[in-house]
Amino acid sequence: MKTARKQRLILITLMVLGAGIAVSFALKSFNENLMYFFSTTDVAEGKAPKDARFRLGGMVIKGSVERPGNGMMVRFKLSDFNKEVTVEYTGILPDLFREGQGIVGNGKLNSQGVFIAEEVLAKHDENYMPPEVKDSLKTPQKASVTGQE
Amino acid sequence: MPWLVIIFLLLLLPGLYGGLYLAPPDYQQGDSYRIIYIHVPSAWMSLFIYMVMAVTGAIGLIWRIKLAEIMSISSASVGACFTFIALVTGSLWGKPMWGTWWVWDARLTSELILLFLYLGVIGLYGAIDDKRMASKAVAILALVGVVNIPIIHYSVVWWNTLHQGPTVTKMDKPSIHVSMLIPLLLMALAFKFYYLIAVIQRARIELLTRERNSQWVKTMVSENDQ
Repeated sequence: MKTARKQRLILITLMVLGAGIAVSFALKSFNENLMYFFSTTDVAEGKAPKDARFRLGGMVIKGSVERPGNGMMVRFKLSDFNKEVTVEYTGILPDLFREGQGIVGNGKLNSQGVFIAEEVLAKHDENYMPPEVKDSLKTPQKASVTGQE
Repeated sequence: MPWLVIIFLLLLLPGLYGGLYLAPPDYQQGDSYRIIYIHVPSAWMSLFIYMVMAVTGAIGLIWRIKLAEIMSISSASVGACFTFIALVTGSLWGKPMWGTWWVWDARLTSELILLFLYLGVIGLYGAIDDKRMASKAVAILALVGVVNIPIIHYSVVWWNTLHQGPTVTKMDKPSIHVSMLIPLLLMALAFKFYYLIAVIQRARIELLTRERNSQWVKTMVSENDQ
């Protein structure tokens, strides 16, 4: 290989590596801000912001969904298989909202430590299967909650 | 070329038929999940084409091969289209499933940056009149943008995102039933052939435009006129 070409090859490799290193440092320092939501453990440990809106993600605990009163208000518990947080939401829930399903809520903690959601989004997991297959699965599947598994 | 079109159709039609009619509905999403037969292959193509664009761009920079430069820039608009399709179909699916058209999570944002990178490449190429010069500038932009590719792919693993984790492209067994997977892979292959067809057509035009003053193009055109 001629020296000019070799130099260009080295230069380009260095450029790509440099850009990669710079971006990885930037991403590392912004790591917290890139998280789309806090986990329920974060909230239980007090890492989530007080008096400010934030997003909370977790799996709806089976059997925890209740509708106190006759209105649109829904109360349920979220979990990340570690700590639980109670959530209250008034409004229309997305199609995929169901017990055992991951969701992301946007709202605030009140003084009792209950998360008052203003918006609820369903988080779909990465599993696709026909209904018959789902029925034949006797063992409950561990749903991905944090997306970090 | 006609062969490529035939292969493309032979993959596309069974893929679409399998995906939209034969594949069973999903246990949770019902029929709505069928948008993955467009969304997922488009998203894969958006990353794949970017890598082709960047690698051919680098070859053009290092070895000064004209054809590599042409392949690189011809890929850009095809890739931009696939990125746009991935974003739009994802948004259409997100509204009924997640409950929102758009969220600023890591996956969606990095895919949007990819679209801007493609548009930046197209715009920069158009802005410089000397096309050999333009190719160099574009290749550098594309190569710097390469850092975004692993970010897009691993965004769902590294951070909490609303977008679900990888289903097929992981080391483990795909978490999709085989009756749904086969049409998806057919569609992915079909999209690859579509890209081949589109990029060859575009490269031809680009080559003829660049060499419009050279003797062989002039002879070819005058022969066709007769």
